[in-house]
Amino acid sequence: MPTVAPIDLDDHCLSVAFLGDVPAFALASGLVVRLDHGTRRHELHDGLLATSVTWDGQSLITGGEDGKVMRLDADGTETTLRPSARKWVGVVATGPQGAVAFAEGRQATVLLADGTERTFEEARTIEGLAFAPKGLRIAMARYNGVSLAFVQGSAPALDFEWKGAHNQVLFSPDGRFLVTAMQENALHGWRLDGKPGGEHRHMRMTGYPAKVKSLSWSNKGKWLASSGAPSAIVWPFSGKDGPMGKAPLELGQRADTMVTCVACHPVEDLVAIGFGDGMVLAVRIADGKEALLRRPGNGPITALAWNKPGRLLAFGSQAGDCGVVDIAG
Amino acid sequence: MSEAPALTPVAPIPVTVLTGYLGAGKTTLLNRILSEPHGKRYAVIVNEFGEIGIDNDLIVESDEEIYEMNNGCVCCTVRGDLIRVVEGLMRRPGRFDAIIVETTGLADPVPVAQTFFMDEDVRAKTRLDAVVALVDARHLPLRLKDSREAEDQIAFADVVILNKTDLVTPEELEAVERTVRAINPSARIHRTERAAVPLDAVLDRGAFDLSRALDNDPHFLDHDDPDHACGPDCDHDHGHDHHHHHHGHDHHDHAAPSPIHDLTIESVSLRAGPVNPKRFFPWIEKITQLEGPNILRLKGIIAFDGDADRYVIQGVHMIVEGDHQRPWKDGEKRESRLVFIGRNLDREKLERTFLACQA
Repeated sequence: MPTVAPIDLDDHCLSVAFLGDVPAFALASGLVVRLDHGTRRHELHDGLLATSVTWDGQSLITGGEDGKVMRLDADGTETTLRPSARKWVGVVATGPQGAVAFAEGRQATVLLADGTERTFEEARTIEGLAFAPKGLRIAMARYNGVSLAFVQGSAPALDFEWKGAHNQVLFSPDGRFLVTAMQENALHGWRLDGKPGGEHRHMRMTGYPAKVKSLSWSNKGKWLASSGAPSAIVWPFSGKDGPMGKAPLELGQRADTMVTCVACHPVEDLVAIGFGDGMVLAVRIADGKEALLRRPGNGPITALAWNKPGRLLAFGSQAGDCGVVDIAG
Repeated sequence: MSEAPALTPVAPIPVTVLTGYLGAGKTTLLNRILSEPHGKRYAVIVNEFGEIGIDNDLIVESDEEIYEMNNGCVCCTVRGDLIRVVEGLMRRPGRFDAIIVETTGLADPVPVAQTFFMDEDVRAKTRLDAVVALVDARHLPLRLKDSREAEDQIAFADVVILNKTDLVTPEELEAVERTVRAINPSARIHRTERAAVPLDAVLDRGAFDLSRALDNDPHFLDHDDPDHACGPDCDHDHGHDHHHHHHGHDHHDHAAPSPIHDLTIESVSLRAGPVNPKRFFPWIEKITQLEGPNILRLKGIIAFDGDADRYVIQGVHMIVEGDHQRPWKDGEKRESRLVFIGRNLDREKLERTFLACQA
């Protein structure tokens, strides 16, 4: 039986993460709480807007309303990567070789581990950032598509156009697909190995009753789970054309609330699903079998994260009733 | 899960939109709102920090960014930056009581307003309270000559602040006010110097709340009603019929012709007896679908045949909302009235087809 260790933080939980083995809860106020032999509090920002875990799993990168970009390490070390500035830092991303990126308005900045810094200007606000799994490239989601830029060298950015506002972007773990969440209730995707301009290159994933806020790839990139419906919508990406011509799975369907957050298990083909009433389910992708991890709480689930072996699941809610589930009990 | 605790509903945060040309007095008004002791806290979304001299943690700078919705409708536009900023602000409620959006001088007010209707997340947490346009009494005639935005801002407003009245003669002021009325017959107009308008005339108006809009101003559609008695606080202009400003067949007396040949916006006011809902709803849907791009605002009170309640309706481009408001009072004339404000409106067709909805 799964057991839940609750922690009440009384603030909108923006994200949760495991830094090493330490659960961390990042709150909208700018406070990050680590559960490291007791409650450790880190006031990183006046207003937190975005977070991303570094690829080594040891640090949390954060951006805030105060214009700061911060790094919080597993041992509690706080580092200012960029001091206060006037504009909100609305997006942050982490990449290979310790690379960090953040965006404020129409400008994105990439910080490399060796201290080099590079900025990119877009014509429209950058709403989403993601590093490609290989090759130090950064995707910037914006109105009418995505720009894919090489961090080093002077090659021009590649443009992936699709009409409408794109507010989140991510690569598939194998780097074959680029997927965005849109202002409309839809996802859009591009096959990166398709011919530029070719119609078969696009992937439209529509039919959601609400905006898609949460996306998660299964461990080998076979599946992409998403929120925005009464069940988790899970698209198959194992074929050459991704989900085109295939129906998605609908897992953990509820009648009276919506899926607000998803997180795929790091090892198994299993997805943790958070709902608008605070309930959390674990659902096996192969057969749709469900296990209740947490009963409904005080607010919609806003954040979910597994630890590396996949035994612990941290969750956070809009109302601040957060916790850690041990699925082995 | 019967043991699920009830989620606490959060009251939607009111949003006031301040429009107006550069130099019309937006910053002056904003500084007053932020500094006067009214006990309320405001989050302010501005395009540039500019001259706001008040130290306030909750002034957010945001690049105006217009998004067309991907549904093939050219007038379905929202402000992407507002969606993001409002989402961020609303994660930490309790810091402020209301939001004010200050637009640039050249801003189109429509995407701002539509954001609060079309984005489901924004709509769930906020409510558009009113669109307030500041107008420089001295420079308005010039502005109207060289820009369409100045006209749009007035046409779209619920409250027009005719500012800098000390810089014009009484005759000029009359003419300017007539021009504003010609563009927008249903807005409240306040004449001010240095934007010194009582703040309750600007904030917490509930202009987009259908029933409250009518409670605040029971005559909002009938300033030309012969039964309408003007009191000392009745702040519209007098002496002419708003309905016929743009039409050659106007038989009413005008004190002086307004300099309105620069105007491209007109209003069409319609009246009918009780209407048949089975005809009215398909009609208003069709009109707003076909003419939506031309309609900036529509407002109305509808008498449905056999219905004991008044029905109120309002719209922005293709978005239309309506609801029952209150029972008709004894002796109250059961009449249906609609005002369209927009461009290239076919008055004859609107009138004919509206009258055909009568029961």
